[in-house]
Amino acid sequence: MKKHLLEAADLDRSDATLVLDTAAQIEAALTGREVKKLPTLRGRTVVNLFYEDSTRTRISFELAAKRLSADVINFSAKGSSVSKGESLKDTALTLEAMGSDAIVIRHGASGAPHQLASWVRGSVVNAGDGTHEHPTQALLDAYTIRARLGRLEGVRVAVVGDVLHSRVARSNVRLLHTLGAEVTLVAPPTLFPVGVGSWPAEVSYDLDAVLPKADVVMMLRVQAERMTASFFPSAREYSRRYGLDARRMAVLGDDAIVMHPGPMNRGMEIAADVADSVRSTIVEQVANGVSVRMAVLYLLLGGAPS
Amino acid sequence: MAGSPPAAPSSREPRTPAAPGALLSASDVARVVDRMAHQLIEKAGNRLADLVLVGIPTRGAPLARRLAARVEAFSGTAIDVGTVDITLYRDDLRLRGVRALEDTVLPGAGIDGRLVVLVDDVLFSGRSVRAALDALRDLGRPRAVQLAVLVDRGHRELPIRADYVGKNVPTARSQSVRVRLAEVDGVDEVRVTGPAEEEQP
Amino acid sequence: MNHLIKGARVLGGDPVDLLVKDGRIAAVGAKLSATGAEVLDAGGLVALPGLVDLHTHLREPGREDAETVETGSRAAALGGFTAVHAMANTDPVADTAGVVEQVWRLGQEAGLVDVVPVGAVTVGLAGERLAELGAMAESAATVRVFSDDGHCVADPALMRRALEYVKAFDGVVAQHAEEPRLTVGAQMHEGDRSAKLGLTGWPAAAEEAIIARDVLLAQHVGARLHICHVSTAGSVEILRWAKARGVDVTAEVTPHHLLLTDACAEGYDPVFKVNPPLRTDADVQALRAGLADGTIDAVATDHAPHAVEDKECEWAQARPGMLGLEQALAIVQDTMVETGLLDWAGVADRMSVRPATIGRLTGHGRPLIPGEPANLVLLDPAARAVVDPAALASRSRNSPYAGRELPGRVVATFLRGVPTVLDGKAQR
Ligand SMILES: [Zn+2]
Repeated sequence: MKKHLLEAADLDRSDATLVLDTAAQIEAALTGREVKKLPTLRGRTVVNLFYEDSTRTRISFELAAKRLSADVINFSAKGSSVSKGESLKDTALTLEAMGSDAIVIRHGASGAPHQLASWVRGSVVNAGDGTHEHPTQALLDAYTIRARLGRLEGVRVAVVGDVLHSRVARSNVRLLHTLGAEVTLVAPPTLFPVGVGSWPAEVSYDLDAVLPKADVVMMLRVQAERMTASFFPSAREYSRRYGLDARRMAVLGDDAIVMHPGPMNRGMEIAADVADSVRSTIVEQVANGVSVRMAVLYLLLGGAPS
Repeated sequence: MAGSPPAAPSSREPRTPAAPGALLSASDVARVVDRMAHQLIEKAGNRLADLVLVGIPTRGAPLARRLAARVEAFSGTAIDVGTVDITLYRDDLRLRGVRALEDTVLPGAGIDGRLVVLVDDVLFSGRSVRAALDALRDLGRPRAVQLAVLVDRGHRELPIRADYVGKNVPTARSQSVRVRLAEVDGVDEVRVTGPAEEEQP
Repeated sequence: MNHLIKGARVLGGDPVDLLVKDGRIAAVGAKLSATGAEVLDAGGLVALPGLVDLHTHLREPGREDAETVETGSRAAALGGFTAVHAMANTDPVADTAGVVEQVWRLGQEAGLVDVVPVGAVTVGLAGERLAELGAMAESAATVRVFSDDGHCVADPALMRRALEYVKAFDGVVAQHAEEPRLTVGAQMHEGDRSAKLGLTGWPAAAEEAIIARDVLLAQHVGARLHICHVSTAGSVEILRWAKARGVDVTAEVTPHHLLLTDACAEGYDPVFKVNPPLRTDADVQALRAGLADGTIDAVATDHAPHAVEDKECEWAQARPGMLGLEQALAIVQDTMVETGLLDWAGVADRMSVRPATIGRLTGHGRPLIPGEPANLVLLDPAARAVVDPAALASRSRNSPYAGRELPGRVVATFLRGVPTVLDGKAQR
């Protein structure tokens, strides 16, 4: 394992498998226990440095660190020195001086975790940076797929929606490819980045053609604001062409699952009855997120001298 | 049957380190395991069914299964077996580095109120046993916890002693004791490697 | 003080002596002697006319923490320049005779290079109405180059008027070619790497579309047009086509676009953030070829100093731009001379003669012959050195070449016969 988890490409196949296996062991070890706490990271300090509001991701990391007995500091950009103009570098050096062993960072600027990693000695975990990557989301998605389908090798995953602006898509394409899955990206052409052809994934503009062959359908959040920038004409047209509704869900194979990283726009990219169906793994994804993040923190911090 | 009493390692630890080489052969290992099984039966008395043998991975796990099989062979009583992975409970991760986790599996009846015997291959600093005790505490509340090890090589760093010892082996701290078991390594054998001289303090 | 330069290879030719007297070149020949003249042994050194930069950001007035006219002038002299065009995007903007005269005077006071102010095309660089171009032309600064650099003159009607209007005083509009609607939030070249890095792309077409539009406009109104910092292969093609059609267009390329590619963005170090962005290797090759065949007329530094806080931050928040004055000649030697694409005469043409012509500077870019102003640079092409940003004369440290070994060393620079640099050290 590398010292930092900045992007999915930091994990080779054996590292990625180790994370998933470790998460599974941790989940098994804690299942049914009254005290869901392990002493592993006692005395270590994990800082959640969040420049963007993301309560769900922050809570997931916080729970993961606490279940490993780490001390957790939540440092949100709002109401702190950050909003008074302190630079990311100064903030990082301050946190390190306070003894942080790992910084979990969520930032609106792509690459901020990379820069942070060049300034601090401790480990850096990317909890989502701009439109770049969100590697622990991809890990929990892979974990969820493996748990449901029993494998990743050869699994056909359709990732549908705003690929251009999606850090989830970037991380998933890379990680799922590393783990042997076959990814097809589906979106209107406006929502692919120029250069998507260099990604290890198929590209399609036609959701209906892709669905019958998919083992997994991962719906990405599409923000309605995109239509004001003419990425698509209207929410209605988007939803008709690229939304997952009951009619489309019916063409899926018997074991196919439907995923969404959340938060969902019900009625936009995903219909309510789809989100709540038995195929949906949306609730599992949240639960799995804690186990996967515990595994990541353990593997990054467990052996590192503080 | 006349099983020998449990060893009291700390008081009887021999002083001269062992010469490098094979310490126990496959047949020695089998004989030692049989003797430990007899001791377990004797000590448990009429509460043998309460006994749970919990192996500490990696080699404590097959060792626990062997002991259980031998106990059953000698007594006719089926013995519950489990494993407890202690990796997440270690206090020396920073020195040893991370490793892949192994299974923690407890018998369906659990461990509450029962006599748990932790099983490991080598007793050295005692830190693995301490971690296992911590892990057990999170898993339930046994009536009592005992410890069985194939080899006690001395050099304890914690006030921990084994209730059942297959063989006491005096070693230098710089030496290493290598237990190999057929289930993991393809062969049964215990070797001591490294020079016998005591390192300078 | 007169100077006798012994054994310099003028434009890379055979060694000759040059006698510099009263600000002019008094004699060129073998074994010259002059009593009382300071003798400078230039054995092995190449002599070029003093370099002329069409594109420098000196930051004064407004951001004196990043650069001043004086520190920028010193960096220029150390880079072998004798004249630099100071871009108009200062605070206040150089859009009046008052501001351009202030910058011009600061340059005179520093006395290290001729600081030639560029006037803004539009008031406040806002792209809405023409600044008083004539007043700036008639001022003491005698402005001839007008540019909203940093911003594109995007409105085609306004651009047409600007091109037409400056004809009255032989001016030229230097266009920062960037269609703003195609580069909203843009962070780097749009391509495979921007897709991977999750940085908003700056498409080549946003530059090429403006260049195509403006060469057509320039031809239509019979005006002179200059294109700043050409960065794409497509731009080179359009320029080649326009020149073949007889359009009076000139163009510049920066040293960094001749050397660096968008691969530099991989580590998200904002020192590599620049506008226009670093492009692909194919673009770099096309730019070198365009400079070699004269499609691109000049190398211009786009020297853009930035304070630490504007560069040691998130990529998206960082200001675009990089230092260039002190390493420009080295980069050109590295990318053009050592690759065989240009000889030293070609370097003199692209870094001195043509930029001086474009800027209508009569005293610069002249041949090194008797009677001409003694503006010249002596460089040691055999030297090699690793760039240390801490050792730069610029007040800022945002050099993209930090830690890179580059060829060539400016040994001496003369401005009208006065050494501004001797033995690689600034003289004031
Ligand atoms: Zn510009």
